[in-house]
Amino acid sequence: MQRIARIHFLSSPEQLRPVRDAVRQLAVEQGCSDKNLDCLVMAINEACMNVIQHGYANRNDGEMILEFWRDQDLLSIRLFDFAEPVDKASIKSRDLDDIKPGGLGVHIMQQVMDSVAYQHGPDGVGNMLEMRKRLSDETICCPNDYQENNDT
Amino acid sequence: MSYRVEQQGNFNIVHLDGEVDLSNSPQAREQILKCLKQDKGLLVDLSQVEYIDSSGVASLVEGYQVARKKSLAFGLVGVSSAALQVLQLARLDKVFPLYDSLEAALTA
Repeated sequence: MQRIARIHFLSSPEQLRPVRDAVRQLAVEQGCSDKNLDCLVMAINEACMNVIQHGYANRNDGEMILEFWRDQDLLSIRLFDFAEPVDKASIKSRDLDDIKPGGLGVHIMQQVMDSVAYQHGPDGVGNMLEMRKRLSDETICCPNDYQENNDT
Repeated sequence: MSYRVEQQGNFNIVHLDGEVDLSNSPQAREQILKCLKQDKGLLVDLSQVEYIDSSGVASLVEGYQVARKKSLAFGLVGVSSAALQVLQLARLDKVFPLYDSLEAALTA
């Protein structure tokens, strides 16, 4: 895998829009299709938001790093934070039949990405979330396709 | 994100515009809940929403639940493709009443 970009930012909600803009530009440069683009941006935004809300408990001065790695068709996005290590067992998608505000971020990431994996950060400091997406796979990112896939 | 609130008959209509994310979804939530305190039905116009994250969607879910508790009408109008994509991923497109236009919502 080859690292293609690294973005440093702080855990402020105001940073989410510039991060989304940077991710969008980078994904286009990497040849990401229109269908995948919105979903990719959405999943990365949700990952960053979870760190801001849960990892840093809405503190706006926590350090965050997004790295983008590429291996042929595979795009790997690694999000590092320096918050308290998270209990991986506590991170799960909620039951979507239980309609309530919140808790959708993990579900969206899992739906959009081929894989989502949580690890401790380097030297046991903080956390690292790795999301992988095969750029040629567009099935889940088109709403109509999504409905068709889930109706069968 | 910007927003505008208008009244039509027994409905308040909250028009959201732009990108709704964690930096501004508390404002959207506040407006939605404030409108519902007036005991009128609520329509949220998402036609100009270019992006909405799960915190924005959570505001809609909360509004929907408050409206149901108070037996008030609630619906989403002109849902943009960006917003629809999130609702579908969260399987909420089958939960919220969705209307193509304000006219359709007001006469439903």
